[in-house]
Amino acid sequence: MRYLPHSASERAEMLGVIGAADIDALFSAVPKSALKSFDLGLPAHSPEFLVEAHMRALAAKNHAAGDGPFFVGAGAYRHHVPATVDHLIQRSEWLTAYTPYQPEISQGTLQMLFEFQTQVAKITGMDVANASLYDGSTGTAEAVLMAKRLTKKNKVVLSGGLHPHYRDVVKAYLKDDPDLVCLAPSPEGQGDILSQIDGNTAAIVVQTPDFYGHLRDLKAAADAAHAQGALLIVVITEVVSLGLLEAPGALGADIVVCEGQSIGNALNFGGPYLGLMATRKEFIRQMPGRLCGETVDADGNRGFVLTLSTREQHIRREKATSNICTNSGLCALAFSIHMSLLGEAGFTRLARLNHHNAVKLARMLGTVPGVELLNKSFFNEMTIRLPVPAAPVVEMLAQAGVLAGVPVSRLEPGNPEVENLIVLAATELTTHADIEMLAECLHAAIEEDAQ
Amino acid sequence: MSMNTHGRPTGIGTSGSTATSGSALIPDEPLLFEIGDTEHSGVDLPDVKIDDSFLGGFERKTKLDLAGLTEPEAMRHYVRLSRMNHSIDSGMYPLGSCTMKHNPRLNEKMARLPGFSDIHPLQPLSTVQGALELMNQLSHWLLTLTNTSAVALSPKAGAHGELLGMMAIKAAQEAAGQTHRTIVLVPESAHGTNPATAAFLGYTVKPVPAKADGTVDVEAVKAALSPEVAAIMLTNPNTCGLFEPQVIEIAQAVHDAGAFFYCDGANFNAIMGVVRPGDLGIDAMHINLHKTFSTPHGGGGPGAGPVVLSEALAPFAPVPFVRKGEKGLELVEHVEENALGRVTAFHGQMGMYVRALTYMLSHGGDGLAQAAQDAVLNANYIKARLQHIFSVPFPDYPTMHEALFDDSFLRDTGVTTLDFAKALIDEGFHPMTMYFPLVVHGAMLVEPTESESKQTLDRFCDVMAELAADAKSGNATRFTSAPVKAPRRRLDETRAARQPVLKWERSADLPQAAE
Repeated sequence: MRYLPHSASERAEMLGVIGAADIDALFSAVPKSALKSFDLGLPAHSPEFLVEAHMRALAAKNHAAGDGPFFVGAGAYRHHVPATVDHLIQRSEWLTAYTPYQPEISQGTLQMLFEFQTQVAKITGMDVANASLYDGSTGTAEAVLMAKRLTKKNKVVLSGGLHPHYRDVVKAYLKDDPDLVCLAPSPEGQGDILSQIDGNTAAIVVQTPDFYGHLRDLKAAADAAHAQGALLIVVITEVVSLGLLEAPGALGADIVVCEGQSIGNALNFGGPYLGLMATRKEFIRQMPGRLCGETVDADGNRGFVLTLSTREQHIRREKATSNICTNSGLCALAFSIHMSLLGEAGFTRLARLNHHNAVKLARMLGTVPGVELLNKSFFNEMTIRLPVPAAPVVEMLAQAGVLAGVPVSRLEPGNPEVENLIVLAATELTTHADIEMLAECLHAAIEEDAQ
Repeated sequence: MSMNTHGRPTGIGTSGSTATSGSALIPDEPLLFEIGDTEHSGVDLPDVKIDDSFLGGFERKTKLDLAGLTEPEAMRHYVRLSRMNHSIDSGMYPLGSCTMKHNPRLNEKMARLPGFSDIHPLQPLSTVQGALELMNQLSHWLLTLTNTSAVALSPKAGAHGELLGMMAIKAAQEAAGQTHRTIVLVPESAHGTNPATAAFLGYTVKPVPAKADGTVDVEAVKAALSPEVAAIMLTNPNTCGLFEPQVIEIAQAVHDAGAFFYCDGANFNAIMGVVRPGDLGIDAMHINLHKTFSTPHGGGGPGAGPVVLSEALAPFAPVPFVRKGEKGLELVEHVEENALGRVTAFHGQMGMYVRALTYMLSHGGDGLAQAAQDAVLNANYIKARLQHIFSVPFPDYPTMHEALFDDSFLRDTGVTTLDFAKALIDEGFHPMTMYFPLVVHGAMLVEPTESESKQTLDRFCDVMAELAADAKSGNATRFTSAPVKAPRRRLDETRAARQPVLKWERSADLPQAAE
């Protein structure tokens, strides 16, 4: 077995040093009835080329985003990742290091996390950011819990524009909480979250651009929340939007959670991704997740360490702010490298290019008979209403090689109000030809369906 | 100081600063914000003119102030930074309970096939049949290796899996009208995530003391059980590196009391293919794909923590899961009756599923069992070679995949566990896990994994023995001043916590000290 260094004679020699008759002697604490009492029936070890052939065959059964026109978004976006990013994150010293618990020999990871935290704080306009969470959805649930700890109040209101999966995750984390209010889906950008805020409200959760693509007024939300002593949690699933839209920190956000996948990370069928979390300085001791801080070493040289760990489970155990342990280190590295390559100039241009292509998409969709654009505002994603149910149309287009977006019914099954809706995204990778083909196929599919 | 022909100092031990503040191949590197600026960029993108009619007046007015690097600058920055990290590929990483094993590069190559990396979680299911098949194959391996009934793949990491498993237990008990069960038993040796998870779900945590031999006493469990107990969270093999010999009796007692047995599977690497947890009576167990199945740790993540569930808990599995349907495999994303719902957006850590399945296929059932046995062999070899020099707190049982020592061998030397570990850094090894488990004074938990050769183990043991002898001979300074050969000396963690500096700020922006 190519990954196991011992020869049979070395194993025998080592057993001799241990004083064990055979390997089973080392498993003597295992109840006899449970030790190797079975035939697994699993295949035997396999050479690299056969494993590769097996995996390639599976991969070949999937339609990759790059295989044709692609407009799927809804919380995960296909962007270009520079070759440098993937090369660097595969370096042994990044890939095969553990959590930087020994700072003297982990300065690479630690300095990177410090830079990452700085980048996240800058793009969100917040005071501080942590070293990443699992993803945007679990980050949102963590933010809600954090707001409840900070305000010592109970009611939490989720906007109808929040990604339905994020809403479901918050519901699972806050199971049976009678004070959790989930507003009905608001595909037209409607919904009156501000009137829900009362004196018992810990936080309102507003996504912008929201799940349906609408840009939400954060300033108004922040003012209304703060007037009642509640916090504003802002959720951003398309982090590229921050290159063009005002930073939530400048508009009064108290906690910002983003899905960071768009920068540096591939689609990967949904994971691994990374959650970004940023907040106000005065709230850091209630923030979950790892934090990296600057300090000096015994010689007075600048260095970095994990800090404020008295919030965390390995110190506080049942009194910790969260049970979270692992973060998304390598995804955070990819994010940070890509963000360094972009810089202010590149990040701004990338965001503008995304919006530019989305405007082209919106204008083209407007020319397809029967298609209604629901957005007055958007960044790179929008919702359209068809005259017919959306899911079969999307399926029909997929058969033609066009991945046309997400039928909202997939995330909100059984809701007749969203049955005809599709959420579509454009990115810098969307071409004019892609948009033309989408419009053509959409037109044909609607006509066919109508007949 | 002597000079060479280029006028540079050649003396050894001249620790004065250099122009680059780095020395030879040990780099020192400024922050990226000190290298780049807002005009540097490593991408070429067109500067398009924006039609602002859809922006609703929400355009950014504040400055990003985000430094950029050109590609060569970025390459050098991140390569130089990387060289300040210890990694498995560069040296032994015997970090107990973390399972720092070799990460095969075939896994990385497979995860990057566009058919896996470039597919979207919400594409039509007809376009991702291969991905669903992969999830199904991975599920099959996990269920076979554990002899359990269902598996929820989606948790993002071990602690997330724990949360999900305990949520399933809570949901099952609520469905059965057992809402009075509010206590979770957690042995004192447990990892911190166990009590944190139980408390997170509103349970009261009741510690269970360990026996003097480092294992959990079935009688102590029985004494702690009551009609209010919802579950026990037991790690097996436990955090002391021991297989719980009474695990079947404990499971029986827990079930007799109407409670569930949550097993923390962080240490599954010791028994995969050799012992099936389902045969021991567990009801739920998370498996850290980033430990047992070699997906890379990446400086602290991402992980993946699928949870296997017994028949009793299977109906409470969270969405999504894969099942066979009429038109091929289908992904179940909504279940009307499901009490648990969804614990993450999308379908979990696909990138990790690909790597883990690649690892499983490479090893086969036989190779996985051999790997577990080699991991156990290696830990016992270290224990055997060092037990006469170091102090072994629990000598009664063979150890499993990790060797645990306490600090009594350092008594009166003026050297602490921490000092000892830092001295290992100067010898080129990553330290073992220290001060965990908490039940052992000054604990040193050594987990070599199956990836280390006998030659490396011998060198490690030689170094450990030499260090122990030096500590006992009164050479405390070597330890208290260590490390001296690492990119940094010991760092001031107190200062970091007291005056938190969590991001870079332009010095002009920093508040000026009061005069």
